[in-house]
Amino acid sequence: MNFALDLLPEAVLFGLLLGCFYAAVSVGLSVSFGLLDVPHLAHPAFMVLGSYCTWVLGMRFGLDPIVAGVVLMPLFFAFGIAVYRFYYETFEKRGTDVGVRGLAFFFGVAFIVEVGLILVFGVDQRMVEARYIGKSWEWGEIRVPMRMIVAFATALVLTSLLALYLSKTFTGRAIKAVAQDEAALRLMGVNPVRIKQWAFGIATAVTAAAGAMLIVVGPVEPSLDRVYIGRTFCVVVLAGLGSMSGTLIAGLILGISESIVLTFFGASWAPAVAFGLLLIVLGVRPQGLFGR
Amino acid sequence: MKFWISAALALVLAGIAAATISNEYFFFAAYVVLQAVILATAWNILGGYAGYVNFGTGAFFGVGAYTGVLLIKSLGLPLGLQIAAAAAMGGILGFGIGLLTLRLRGIFFSIATVAIAIILETLVLNVRYLGGATGMQILRPEVTPPFDSYIKMLFVIGVLLAVIAVAIARYIEISWLGRGLRAIRDSEEAAECSGVPTLKLKLLACTVSGALMSAAGAPLAMYQSFVEPASSFSLNYSVNALAMPIIGGMAHWIGPVLGAVLLGTIQQLVTVTISSELNVLVVGVLLVFFVVAAPEGIVGLAGKLWARFSR
Repeated sequence: MNFALDLLPEAVLFGLLLGCFYAAVSVGLSVSFGLLDVPHLAHPAFMVLGSYCTWVLGMRFGLDPIVAGVVLMPLFFAFGIAVYRFYYETFEKRGTDVGVRGLAFFFGVAFIVEVGLILVFGVDQRMVEARYIGKSWEWGEIRVPMRMIVAFATALVLTSLLALYLSKTFTGRAIKAVAQDEAALRLMGVNPVRIKQWAFGIATAVTAAAGAMLIVVGPVEPSLDRVYIGRTFCVVVLAGLGSMSGTLIAGLILGISESIVLTFFGASWAPAVAFGLLLIVLGVRPQGLFGR
Repeated sequence: MKFWISAALALVLAGIAAATISNEYFFFAAYVVLQAVILATAWNILGGYAGYVNFGTGAFFGVGAYTGVLLIKSLGLPLGLQIAAAAAMGGILGFGIGLLTLRLRGIFFSIATVAIAIILETLVLNVRYLGGATGMQILRPEVTPPFDSYIKMLFVIGVLLAVIAVAIARYIEISWLGRGLRAIRDSEEAAECSGVPTLKLKLLACTVSGALMSAAGAPLAMYQSFVEPASSFSLNYSVNALAMPIIGGMAHWIGPVLGAVLLGTIQQLVTVTISSELNVLVVGVLLVFFVVAAPEGIVGLAGKLWARFSR
């Protein structure tokens, strides 16, 4: 480990790009877990599923990964609604002891998705092709791969759109209202379950787009969801549950820390960064930076 | 009394099996099932009784395995001492996780335990003395006389550990400790207000559960003749240790044992006949099925049937 300071700017720049990407893969969870209190451990698994769907669309129809991600969103929206409906009917409605069983349910679903992908596609890594993948953008000494910039831009658009949707539209505000006080909403004559179902659908749709970005950023394998459990939950908890601007900042913090560790200590320490940060946040400030 | 007679019977049967069955594969397979029984029983002490879902079984198991490896490599200690040391390490780690429950509940606690598993795996991965990512080979020592092969000895040790684990879990369940833990599961605030020493009980449950999980991990190096971080700290142990009690039934000590024997045997059959990926799928599907359709597990189903039958 030699602390060469001239590597620092590049590490920070790369961290910024990576951080935006991490924010985008976490916004879905920020809605489903942060706002709706669903212990959605299968979120990263759904994202990897999105990556594989993107890969299939790319192979079959030659679709650009980002376009494929947009095409997948309505499908995943419906899928998300179905998943929430099922979760509601079997766990939330019965009320008793949701904790252990709800967690176990999503943990089981994550494993089913992962092994299902292994059985269908094998354990090999998959990647997509597009014009911007493989090229890089040079700026003096600093070199940034084009794929990171594309993911960065998409991530920024995705996160801002979702944040705008939640704060400006009627349904978006209704979703926030559900998170704040479900009973009050019921008294206003609104059915909270329908709003939650809609919100979970949106969260899952965003996850599909995140999955498309995941396969743009690098090769994907079925067991990738395990690392992303740490990254996504780290970002959401660090942000403070349900805070959209917090998600962006938390993503940047994680991205920069991971990039710095990667540059100065080596890649073998990288998986521990997200989990370590998560553990620190949980221990010191469980409500996160912008907690409600 | 009945329990102790059946426990003694299990040990005697294990001894007889070791003396008469000559097919080595039987012991290889049986050992994995026994390991599952210990892990599931240990998980249930915290997860089933107290309602704290531990996703970090792999962390404890890996710590146990690597404690064993460290002691063989540095001092050449015998297996018995390795298991004892591993249990101690697991107990310490469990105590630490128990302290986390001061602030974290529900999914936050669970995520923290996953975090600990991954962090420990990364640490071991980066320690060259422990073999790093490639792991290392372990030479099995000579077998001690009453046994004619090493795996038979491991099998008998496995039965012994499983009986100890179940006895401890049963003691906790039927004593005031179990009542306290169940009170915590139903409502921690109400328990605290009624004078249940919640923190003490949680720390105890975490420590005992952790010690048993690590003890189960200690013989891994001897069983496989090698250790490697990715498989020792694997999340697969976590999903198994959680699925087995849920499938068997979390309320009674027999639940995890039933779940582990059933699922462990299915897994062995599937691994041999089809593939090892599929056995994770079997666990996942059964877990989701039971959580949705039979939340009380096999024990609950049996109880319902019994009630209908005797009416």
